[in-house]
Amino acid sequence: MTRKHLLTAGLAAFLSSGVPALAEIDLSGSWAAINHEDALERGGGPNPADWAGLPFNEAGRAKALGFSQSVISMPERICWFQTQWHIAAGPFSLRMWAVPDPVTGKVVAWMVGAWETRAPMTIWMDGRPHPSKNAPHDQTGFTTGVWKGDELIATTTHLKTGYIRRNGAPSSDQATITTHFIRHGDMLTVALFMDDPVYLTEPYVLTRSYNLSTNPVAMGGPPCITGDEGVESGVVPHYLPGKNPFVDEMTKLYGIPQEAALGGAETMYPEFRDKIKDKFVMPAKCKKNCGGN
Amino acid sequence: MSYRISNVLFVAGLLIAQTGLYAQARGGRAGRGGAQQPQTAKSSAPIDLTGYWVSIVTEDWRYRMVPPAPGDYQGVPMTPEARKIADAWDPQKEAASGDPCKSYGAPALLRVPERLHITWMDDETLRLETDAGKQTRLFHFGDWKAPAGAPTLQGDSTATWERSGGGRGAGAAAGGTLKVTTTNLKGGFLRKNGVPYSDKTTLTEYFDLIQEPDGTPMILVTIVTTDPAYLRQPFVITSQFKKQSSEAGWNPSACSATW
Repeated sequence: MTRKHLLTAGLAAFLSSGVPALAEIDLSGSWAAINHEDALERGGGPNPADWAGLPFNEAGRAKALGFSQSVISMPERICWFQTQWHIAAGPFSLRMWAVPDPVTGKVVAWMVGAWETRAPMTIWMDGRPHPSKNAPHDQTGFTTGVWKGDELIATTTHLKTGYIRRNGAPSSDQATITTHFIRHGDMLTVALFMDDPVYLTEPYVLTRSYNLSTNPVAMGGPPCITGDEGVESGVVPHYLPGKNPFVDEMTKLYGIPQEAALGGAETMYPEFRDKIKDKFVMPAKCKKNCGGN
Repeated sequence: MSYRISNVLFVAGLLIAQTGLYAQARGGRAGRGGAQQPQTAKSSAPIDLTGYWVSIVTEDWRYRMVPPAPGDYQGVPMTPEARKIADAWDPQKEAASGDPCKSYGAPALLRVPERLHITWMDDETLRLETDAGKQTRLFHFGDWKAPAGAPTLQGDSTATWERSGGGRGAGAAAGGTLKVTTTNLKGGFLRKNGVPYSDKTTLTEYFDLIQEPDGTPMILVTIVTTDPAYLRQPFVITSQFKKQSSEAGWNPSACSATW
């Protein structure tokens, strides 16, 4: 064996002996959603006027109260694209893959596949900066990522307005979404923070769980096809201030006081229970959206 | 020096360097005399979970902040047997049962709106206390063996650190996960309205430490409850707790069967 061979072998042994260049983890694959938590919110959709646990400010609450679910039956909004927050608010599974540089093979981006109503999330890993705050915004936004140990942290800006709960709770075009991807064996935990200076007083956090699956999750959703869902042309369904007919829906269905259902940061914390203890009335029996199947 | 000798020295140097890096990444500490200090779970912890933490209840609100109505089981993959048991739950009978802590067992405890106080009880045991229900869980590292005994509300928990990057190498970053496995559990309620888990339940939890956008530490606990008697598949939920700078708000309170 020549000296050159020995040096090469020595270096190869050193580099391949379990010393990672960076503490990263492979996130690629099909991740099947586990929707045990917030099953109604992620499945059929939340009850109207249920914003408990949402750190609204007055502007966020007022905008949400003006929302009519029929707005998404407007022909031009049936295929309304959602922002990347739809990963948290929707029921869907994830497909993730890495995009290598064609010359170096180094990962330049991680991709989270699209759905029918959400664009793919491209998480740039090559250190590029976010665009100017005056650059165009869209529902896809602009996302960069960094590794912190085995945790991938993605930051999304440049979003258009959207919803953070599918019953009208709004997000603004100044919102930032921070998404943490954490893998535990064949399970993936994703935590998403919505930071929105326009409609929220504190960051809003939701988590999702997924199982690694051998059934492939599509990289993109099927095309959305519009149709007539009964909303007349020129009509924008909405509720004027003080006219939302569902404002006491959570009280009627579940005995939850209206002040809780209308949200606000205090509804996220344990001591809020003391405030509503004497106002809560447990229904004799669950009447709607009760699960158990 | 001949080529052969220099080659051998070169490869030996690489191995020595790698061994040194490996030891550093494992947290090995050699004193001046070269003596290795024994590593403990506490001294080698890749993340610091100690301190006071408060629940952030943004998910499953109506099953956590208030007691859900009889028959409200949204999201739980119950077996028909579990459904039968839960359908028979009666809040008045439960209040009179004399056992108000059924919904404070380990599989449900971290869903309760509450504050946590996490401390090291000793070098190999992490203690988690809750103000709600005044419960204590002990996470045992190392080769701890559970004493023989009847099932309990908090069961027997073994713990391991799962380190980032496999926990070795020069590039291994700080960070990791606490994995806790709990068995020998007494049956109880996953939700206050009688959704049951049995004494055959195994609980697996992953404690991760992340940061809010403003840098505030937050614990994420991914909770996997496996129960061949009452769950059709593992029940998976995640709870989050925000770090507090003090014990403010710590309010020990007894278990309640109806609130």
